[in-house]
Amino acid sequence: MAGSTPASPTADAALPGLAARRTSLGLEAWRRFRRHRLALAGALILGLMILAVLLGPLAWRVPINEIDFAAKLQGSSLAHPLGTDDLGQDLLARMLYGGRLSLAVGLAAMIIAVVVGVIIGAIAGISRGSVDAALMWLTDLFLSLPQLPLLLLIIYLFRDALRALAGPEVGMFVLIVAVIGGFRWMPVARLVRAQFLSLREKEFVEAARALGATPLRLVARHILPNSLGPVIVAGTIDVAAAIIAESTLSFLGLGFPPDIPTWGRILYDAKDHLDVAPHWAVVPGGAIFLAVLSINYLGDGLRDALDPRKVM
Amino acid sequence: MSGYLLRRLLIAVPSVIGISIVLFTVLALAPGDPFEELATNPAIPPEVRANLRAQFGLDDPVAVRYARWFGSMLQGDWGFSFASRIDVDDLILQRLPVTLFVIGMSQVFALAVALPVGVYSATRPYSIFDQIANTLAFIGFSLPTFFTGILFILFFSIYLDWLPFVYRADIAETGWRWYWEHLRQSIMPIAVLGLFQGASWTRYVRSAVLDVIRLDYVTTARSKGLAERVVIVKHVVRNALIPVVTLVALQMPAVFGGAIVTEQIFRVPGIGSLLISAIQANDTPVIMAVTFVFAILVIFFNLLADVLYGWLDPRISYR
Repeated sequence: MAGSTPASPTADAALPGLAARRTSLGLEAWRRFRRHRLALAGALILGLMILAVLLGPLAWRVPINEIDFAAKLQGSSLAHPLGTDDLGQDLLARMLYGGRLSLAVGLAAMIIAVVVGVIIGAIAGISRGSVDAALMWLTDLFLSLPQLPLLLLIIYLFRDALRALAGPEVGMFVLIVAVIGGFRWMPVARLVRAQFLSLREKEFVEAARALGATPLRLVARHILPNSLGPVIVAGTIDVAAAIIAESTLSFLGLGFPPDIPTWGRILYDAKDHLDVAPHWAVVPGGAIFLAVLSINYLGDGLRDALDPRKVM
Repeated sequence: MSGYLLRRLLIAVPSVIGISIVLFTVLALAPGDPFEELATNPAIPPEVRANLRAQFGLDDPVAVRYARWFGSMLQGDWGFSFASRIDVDDLILQRLPVTLFVIGMSQVFALAVALPVGVYSATRPYSIFDQIANTLAFIGFSLPTFFTGILFILFFSIYLDWLPFVYRADIAETGWRWYWEHLRQSIMPIAVLGLFQGASWTRYVRSAVLDVIRLDYVTTARSKGLAERVVIVKHVVRNALIPVVTLVALQMPAVFGGAIVTEQIFRVPGIGSLLISAIQANDTPVIMAVTFVFAILVIFFNLLADVLYGWLDPRISYR
C-alpha cells in the first residue's frame, strides 16, 4: 500500500506533452483550477450572486421598506417572488440590498485580515530573535482569545460612539469590519512567517542580497510575491468566515440596526415566525449557506491550482 | 507527568494575564463609563457621584485600575449584576454546568461522527463513500450553526413535532421521565453544535490518516501479518490523531462561538445566552465576567489538548 495512494484523483491523468509546452504561471494556475469542477461551479455561483446584488436593485425596483400589512407573511407570488415578512415588506428587494452589505463586509474584513496578517507575518519572518518571538506570542495570544464573546463585548462597548460619529450604517460597517478583520489575521500571519522562514534561505534571495538589494526590496520584490499562494487561499476562506461572523452578529441582534436588512438580520427577524412563514428564514439562510459553500469550494480549487508541488 | 503538567500550567499563566490585559484594555478604551446610569439620574447630585467615583477608584491611572480589577477577579469577587441583582459569580456558577454539558456532549458527538467516517474515508480514498463523506463535510462546515438550528427546528419541532425547541431548566417530572425530557430537549442543541464540529474534524482526520497511511512503518505492520483492524486502530490512528488534536485545540474559540449561537436559538440557560441577555440589559460586570470565563475555558481546553498530546506522542511528552 505504501506510496500507492495517489496524491490527487487526477494524478495519473496529467498529460505528458503539456508539461513541455511553455505556459505562464497564471495560465498554468487557471488550467489547474479548471479541473476542479466544484470550484468552478463555486466561482460561477459566487459571480452570479455578486452580479445579482450589484445589478439586482436596479432591475427590481421595489423599495425595501414599503410596509403593506395586507400582504404580510405571504409566500412566493408574482408581486413578491420570495414572499414578504411580517410587515409586508418585499423579501427579494431586502435580500438584494442586504446581500451587498453581507458580501461587502466579507470582502472588506478579509482585506483587513490579509493586510494585517501579511505585515505581521513578514516582520516576524524577516527579523530574527526577540521581535519574532514577541510577534508570535501575540499571534498565539490572539488565537486563544474567545472571538465571538470578545466581538460582542467590543461591539457592545463601542457601537454607540461610532454610531454617533459616522451614522448608523457607516459606523456599524466600519466597526464590524474592523473587529472581524482584527480577529482573523492570525492564520495569515503564521502562513506568511512560515513561508518567509524557508524562502529567505533560498539561493535566489541570497543572490539578490549579494547584488546589494536592501531588506525592503528583498521582501517586497523577491520573498513576498513567492509567498502569496497560501495567503490567497487563506484570504478566500476568510471571506466565508467573515460572512458567517457578520451574519452571526446580526442573528444575535447585535449587528446592523433593524432597518438595514443584512442576510443575518433578516434571519434574526424571521426566527420568531418559523411556524407561519418558514420561507422567510429559509431564503436568507440559504443565501448565506450558498455563498459560504461557493467560497469554500473556490478556496479548495485555488489551493489545488496554486500549489505547484501538487501533481495535476 | 506532574512536572510536565506543572510546566504547561506555568505556560498558561502568561496567556491568562495577556487575555485579561486585552479585555481590560478594551473596557478602558471604550467611551462612556460604567456608572453612566448614575450620571444621568437627576436624583443623584454631582458631589455624590464624584465621591462614588473616588470610592471605586475610577479616576486612578489605568495600570492601578487594571491591577485592582485583575486582583479581585482572581479572588473570585466578580462584582454585582445590575440586571439580576445577585453576585456575578453566583450567576455564572448557576449557568455554567448547562453550557459545559452541551459543549461536552457535542464534542463527544462530533468525535463519534468524525473519527470513524474520517478513518474509513482515508482507508478508501476517492471511493464513492469518500466522495460522499467529503461533500457532506464541506456542506456541514459551510452551514452556519444558526441556520442549521433553524432548519432543525423547522423540521423536527414544527414539521414532525418530535422535539421541543425551547430548553427548559425546570422540568416538573421526576425519575426516568426527568432524564427522558432532558435528553429530548438536549438532542437538537447538541446535534447542531456537534455536526458543525464533526464536519471539519472529519476532514482533519481524513487528511491526517492519509498522511500516515502511506508511511513505511504501516507497510511493515501489514507485512508482519497484523490484522487490518489492528494496523488501522493501533498503528495509524494513534499517530494520525497528533495533528488532529492541535487543530481541534485551535478550533476551541470557534466552538464557544457556536455554543453562544446554539444557546440563543434553543434558549438554553447557559452562560452564552447569559452573555446575550446581559448585553441587551447593559449589564457590564456580567459581560466582562462571562467573556473572561470563556477565555479561561479556551485556555483550559488548550491545556487538555497539551496533555492529550503528551499521551499520544511519547516523543514529546514529559520532557
